[in-house]
Amino acid sequence: MKTESRLEKILAAGHLAVTSECGPPRGALPDEVRKKSNYLKGIVDAINVTDNQTAMVRMSSLAASAIIKQENLNPVLQVVSRDRNRLAIQADIIGAYGLGIDTMLCLSGDHTKFGDHPMAMNVHDIDSIQMIQMVRDMRDKEIFQGGAVLKGAPKMFIGAAANPFADPFELRVLRLEKKINAGVDFIQTQCIFNVEKFERWMEGVRARGLHKKCYILAGVTPCKSLGAARYMANRVPGMDVPKEIIERMSSVPKEKQADEGVDICIETIERLKKVEGVAGFHIMAIEWEEKVEEICERAGLLPRPQV
Amino acid sequence: MITAERKPLDELIEYVKPFKRILLLGCNECVTVCAAGGRKEVGLLASGLQMALLKSGSNIEIQQHTLERQCDPEYVEELVPMIDGTEAILSMACGCGVQQLAMRFKNLPVFPALNTKFMGASERQGVWAERCQGCGDCVLGITGGICPIARCAKQLMNGPCGGSTTGKCEISEDVDCVWQLIWDRLKSLGQEDRYVDIMPAKDWRSGGGSGPRKIIREDLAE
Repeated sequence: MKTESRLEKILAAGHLAVTSECGPPRGALPDEVRKKSNYLKGIVDAINVTDNQTAMVRMSSLAASAIIKQENLNPVLQVVSRDRNRLAIQADIIGAYGLGIDTMLCLSGDHTKFGDHPMAMNVHDIDSIQMIQMVRDMRDKEIFQGGAVLKGAPKMFIGAAANPFADPFELRVLRLEKKINAGVDFIQTQCIFNVEKFERWMEGVRARGLHKKCYILAGVTPCKSLGAARYMANRVPGMDVPKEIIERMSSVPKEKQADEGVDICIETIERLKKVEGVAGFHIMAIEWEEKVEEICERAGLLPRPQV
Repeated sequence: MITAERKPLDELIEYVKPFKRILLLGCNECVTVCAAGGRKEVGLLASGLQMALLKSGSNIEIQQHTLERQCDPEYVEELVPMIDGTEAILSMACGCGVQQLAMRFKNLPVFPALNTKFMGASERQGVWAERCQGCGDCVLGITGGICPIARCAKQLMNGPCGGSTTGKCEISEDVDCVWQLIWDRLKSLGQEDRYVDIMPAKDWRSGGGSGPRKIIREDLAE
């Protein structure tokens, strides 16, 4: 074991891990963080806390993670390279670890163009792969990115994202390999709606033995409505929502669409359980955290193992 | 080359309207090639300004001239005999030229007529695109001759991100995903294995991270 992370313990013990996420509020509303995260209490092993997702200003992922930690839950601190340079990121990592946060996710982040501050500068002093290297060196070599020795190494369980649906497809396995070589411990994938394409990606992953070098959590999202499915299909960069999903959502009356979305999500989890190399699930129920319990229950992911 | 675009006429009028006599100064280098501030554009802007100011009842004398290079002191020196009586200079050079004038003529207001844009290349007639950010430590030798720093919207050294779709960047269908271009090029060169090497975090000191940059060539400097 590299860390004290509960997520690492679950995965190392060979259990299918379950993570979910909480988007922090757009204002100083700590109770909202508590409320959302408590929907997930006892339901998931760790809770991702997004970092200014879609390039909109929100409560910082570090602050929201600390609040979640106070609730005796396990946050996964998401950090994007878009908003902070390497000094700020390292400072936040040490600070987070000082607050008991031991699991993080290294991302580049959505471009500012998509958010509510399109006039802001994108920082990108380092990219997500270089961030993984930096955190690993802080943890294992006990040095800062600049080379100086640090006292009190942050023992972070290091995650990153992978998108099997972006182009060029042939690079998607190789880029995962780069993240593994940089030192990533676990991966959460983009939301999977196109299971065939995900399976093809996993074939490539297994062919290079990568599923044995890091834990791969398959990302799933329940569609709340036909509109949400269409939005993800057409508006979210790098999302692959096949037309069969859209057709299925549109085949039921509006008031039944949410149930249909949950059914699709559970069926997807069942299919993904059969894919060799899938170590768990990352359930992204965006602004729908209260549904995660039902999804986990019906997908046979409860109760969560005690480690 | 350094590319530029002319500022809106209204902004330029605001600069020059307090004066009776100005020098409108073009540059025969990059801004001539990108059709923003050469001899021809000096002529066009001079008549545009004259007409607009006449309409509002003011009268201004605009002396037109174009230097071989505004960013070079020896060419700027040519202005000394013709600057008498000039109340202000409106420069059609890039920001380097404007500053060269401001440093040389301490008592003369100098205004930029252009917005300096980027270091780029011509894609076709009338189209210029960014190609270099002057990071001071060129990586083109390992990226197939295509720059991820200038041409990736997230400046990813280890791209492509998850937003690359059918060869295009997530920010716009009009922007190529540079990592798709790099990958295609590495393939055609038979250098695919280079992709797996992680490009380390960049030392931005060479790219302006440690303040304004300067090149001193001991063999040439006086």
